[in-house]
Amino acid sequence: MKKLINDPDQAVRESLVGLALAHPEILRVCFEPIYVVRVDAPRPGKVGLVSGGGSGHEPMHAGFVGRGMLDAACPGQVFTSPTPDQIEAATRAVDGGAGVLHIVKNYTGDILNFEMAAELCQAQGIAVRAAVINDDVAVEDSLYTAGRRGVGATVIAERLCGAAAERGWDLDRLEALCRRVNAGARSMGMALTPCTVPAAGKPNFELGPDEIELGIGIHGEPGRERTRWRPAREIVARMAEAILTDLPFERGDRVIAMVNGMGGTPLMELYLVYGELQPLLAARGIAVARRLVGNYITSLEMAGCSITLVRADEEMFSLWDDPVVTPGLRWGA
Amino acid sequence: MPVGRDEVAAWLKALSRVYADNKVWLTELDAAIGDADHGINLDRGFLALAAELDKNTAADIRSLLQTAAMSLIRHVGGAAGPLYGTFFLRAASACAGKQRLEAADVVALFEAGLQGIVERGRAVPGEKTMVDALAPAIEAMRRSLAASGGLGEILDVGAQAAEAGMKATIPLEARKGRASYLGPRSIGHQDPGATSAWLLVKTAAECWG
Repeated sequence: MKKLINDPDQAVRESLVGLALAHPEILRVCFEPIYVVRVDAPRPGKVGLVSGGGSGHEPMHAGFVGRGMLDAACPGQVFTSPTPDQIEAATRAVDGGAGVLHIVKNYTGDILNFEMAAELCQAQGIAVRAAVINDDVAVEDSLYTAGRRGVGATVIAERLCGAAAERGWDLDRLEALCRRVNAGARSMGMALTPCTVPAAGKPNFELGPDEIELGIGIHGEPGRERTRWRPAREIVARMAEAILTDLPFERGDRVIAMVNGMGGTPLMELYLVYGELQPLLAARGIAVARRLVGNYITSLEMAGCSITLVRADEEMFSLWDDPVVTPGLRWGA
Repeated sequence: MPVGRDEVAAWLKALSRVYADNKVWLTELDAAIGDADHGINLDRGFLALAAELDKNTAADIRSLLQTAAMSLIRHVGGAAGPLYGTFFLRAASACAGKQRLEAADVVALFEAGLQGIVERGRAVPGEKTMVDALAPAIEAMRRSLAASGGLGEILDVGAQAAEAGMKATIPLEARKGRASYLGPRSIGHQDPGATSAWLLVKTAAECWG
């Protein structure tokens, strides 16, 4: 293993030290327990927005803390959910009296830890709600699985809910917005290479030199199919097909689209992917009204990408355009 | 011989050694069907617990188990943190006010812990989880207790049943947690959670038997 770290056990903490030093005007980092919080929290009368999850997906979530997005983020160990004491402390730190919304990706660990934290907070009289993101079409949603994984839609939901919270929406309305974003969102990922969790020291799965994994999860979980490499055009077409037929998206839909890098993908390739995606959607009568192309929800140094489409309305586009000032997303300010 | 606070502390300390010794194995089992962190996470949590125990020498049985719960909840993460944390929280409540645990109290401790895991994780037997080791273990302990078995015997049959339950997860298809994403591809692998649960019971048998 060759990484820019000192000690695998300290990598998350030392990275957060750097995050705080790099963005002192936006956020600060608490270390006992670990959470990242806006410098101006709590904001009286504003609903607090808290998310969290394993580290290794940067900029998500800590890089989305700031005005117009999250009030706090709870980073766990690499690919491991944060613990209830972190989430509880973060929730208390951002509660401005209007309650706190937890945005939780659908993984068993995240769900259980956020649940325990919510119970702890409610016992202290803080109004806490949770909205779960589960947009990954690669996983069958059935009674017999933990359900669909939460992936790219998390970024979109955090942005839109962050904007709405800034406008003064109450907890009910924010929770409903988050569920609406999730309900209209579908994603799929693919991997060209595996990645190595620092504490494990070796790649989390193996891919042959000309193999790719379609439907990969953000922790390297296997997807729908392992197949031979093929041109980007074909890969994008297959991913788009899986996404479009699932919701299903329809002619006339207007969407927010995200082409996301897994961490080790050159931006050149991500733009190439977007260049394939937008015309493909246009040919189906689907208009991309807003888009993100870049690394937003990554898997360490994995090469590959994911595509997220969110069916959106004018209200969502308007929220999208509001100012946002975070390390990972910044415009309008 | 009944179990006092020193024996409970010895069990918790032994667990921290056991999970350190089995860190790589548990992580490898998890790599096959999960996300390759079960052993790493448990070792981190039980190491933190061992450090707490050294500071907390006056605690009674209930507060020792509560300390275990809070250490695991704070330091393990993943699904295992809340699940084992809830196990020890409920176990602590089951031991409230007791200075010594008779055989029936030990069975009650495990019953309460299992109930906590079932409620937190919403798992039933057969879904390839820690419940598949714990449920048969506690059922066997109950039967042994009813047949007037001594504590050593009760824990031995419990550990044997947990081991059998753990091995029986190999042909199962996972229906909970990250392994469930694999569907049929999870068949043929031993569940890491059932394995760490077996170690929990086995270590109690070794410490208290």
